[in-house]
Amino acid sequence: MSINILEIIYLIASLTFVIGLKMLSHPESARKGNLIAAVGMLIAVIATITIYQPFDNSKLINYGLIALGLLVGTIIGTMMAKKVQMTAMPQMVSFFNGMGGACAALIAIIEFQNHEVGIGNSFDGEFLVMLLGLIIGSVSFSGSMIAYGKLEGKIKDKVLPMNQLINVVMLFTIVALTIYQMLGYGDSTLFYILLVVALVYGILFVMPIGGADMPVVISLLNSFTGVAAAFGGFLYGNKAMLTGGILVGSAGTILTILMCKAMNRSLTNVLLGAFGGTKASGAKGEVGEQTAKEISISDTAVLLSYSQNVVIVPGYGLAVAQAQHICHELEQLLEEKGVTVNYAIHPVAGRMPGHMNVLLAEADVPYERMQEMEEVNPRMANTDVVVVIGANDVVNPAAKKDPSSPIYGMPILEVDQAKNVIILKRGMSAGYAGIENELFFYPKTRMLFGDAKDSLQKLTAEVKEV
Amino acid sequence: MEESLNFIGENMEMIYFLILAILLGVEVISNVPAILHTPLMSGANAIHGVVVVGAIIVMLHAAPDNYPSLIVGFLAVVMGTLNVVGGFVVTDRMLEMFKKKPKKS
Repeated sequence: MSINILEIIYLIASLTFVIGLKMLSHPESARKGNLIAAVGMLIAVIATITIYQPFDNSKLINYGLIALGLLVGTIIGTMMAKKVQMTAMPQMVSFFNGMGGACAALIAIIEFQNHEVGIGNSFDGEFLVMLLGLIIGSVSFSGSMIAYGKLEGKIKDKVLPMNQLINVVMLFTIVALTIYQMLGYGDSTLFYILLVVALVYGILFVMPIGGADMPVVISLLNSFTGVAAAFGGFLYGNKAMLTGGILVGSAGTILTILMCKAMNRSLTNVLLGAFGGTKASGAKGEVGEQTAKEISISDTAVLLSYSQNVVIVPGYGLAVAQAQHICHELEQLLEEKGVTVNYAIHPVAGRMPGHMNVLLAEADVPYERMQEMEEVNPRMANTDVVVVIGANDVVNPAAKKDPSSPIYGMPILEVDQAKNVIILKRGMSAGYAGIENELFFYPKTRMLFGDAKDSLQKLTAEVKEV
Repeated sequence: MEESLNFIGENMEMIYFLILAILLGVEVISNVPAILHTPLMSGANAIHGVVVVGAIIVMLHAAPDNYPSLIVGFLAVVMGTLNVVGGFVVTDRMLEMFKKKPKKS
């Protein structure tokens, strides 16, 4: 009887996952959707502990450990999630994702201990599911940790010589080891060798991928973990794990593809690392000799105050400088002076799609002010001043003009169409993709060097005076 | 060959389930505005934390004196919980920011 109740609860949990995910994809219902999925998760966990029947019931130690584990995880998880800066959100997601991957891999390891392998030549489906869970979970874990480290700035981009070749060889090794073990030669040494190879593969897989592409990788690893969780579900015939895992696996894959589309690149292109590793040299020669023109704070203030239309293009630089609040202040000040101010948000501004919206929302920028690329571009020519704050690649005209540029074909915010462009930037360094930006040398472009927050504070003070 | 066919046959229900769930995932996600990509990814991230259920099952199966299993299982429970709790809380924090404005204006 109780087993049926458990199954029904898993069914409810699965439904909450589907509904939650669906609601998460609409702005109005998103928060409720998240909550619904969380409630579903909670009842699935509680039901598993209370109803699930182990072989015997005299295992108080285990219950104690489970409760302790849940408690520790909850406390640490809540603390980390509450304390994290909004700018560090992408790496936080990556970290939690890695934890899920590790969990799946650990499950596979324990189940392997309890499993008798290598009996004759018979096909052992359970063993295959374990191996796959182990591999995908491990790759997801080590890959996510590298992505986390890279976004935190703790790990630098590094490309091994022939990294691509090594990766292919490792992938083959993993496949070969899996097949070999499946043919009835499975033993624990090989199992752990496979674990190590998968972990190393995860590292090498993410290592050469440039920081600008990290969101895509995190999204991909996210769907990997989903698949790993689903294998766990397969192992136990657990429908909640299966639905949750597969849903995330397929939804995550679609999300990854959507992100690639926003950058107008294919997934293979991202994974084989067109940029990040191999720095572009294409545009360098043409613009190398020119110098960019600077503008002072007071001139900027005057220019902005007497404009009609101003568009602000926020980028990761704004996020790093924590300048979203002061930016909002400037925007309000200008609005009071009768200037129309809007934000133009490129689909991949920041480190993740939508990341910039979250940051601006944190600073109370009204939702309607944040406009998408398609809305803003047609109006660019009528814009008096575009203020680019810590963004670079998303406004690089090379994406439209220079076929040799690695970002060629990526849709950009066409700020070069506007009457004036002011670029707030720390220095003349290239953007995250490592590409020179000829926009900086255009006649209508002026550079305002300095830390974004600092410059904006001075600018706000100056605008007040005008 | 025969065994692998048997395995598929025995798990036919699961395989149907799998395929339908894949299609469902695709269907649910399409037409998402770019603004929601990050919260959605984060929410999905929390949902695959359901793997913690597996970790709990592992622990329930483990013999109380099987220390390696208990230790690894305990770690799995902690990590899975981190994934679930951290994932949902982070997502909620992100979405909270979108909610604030309509009240104000």
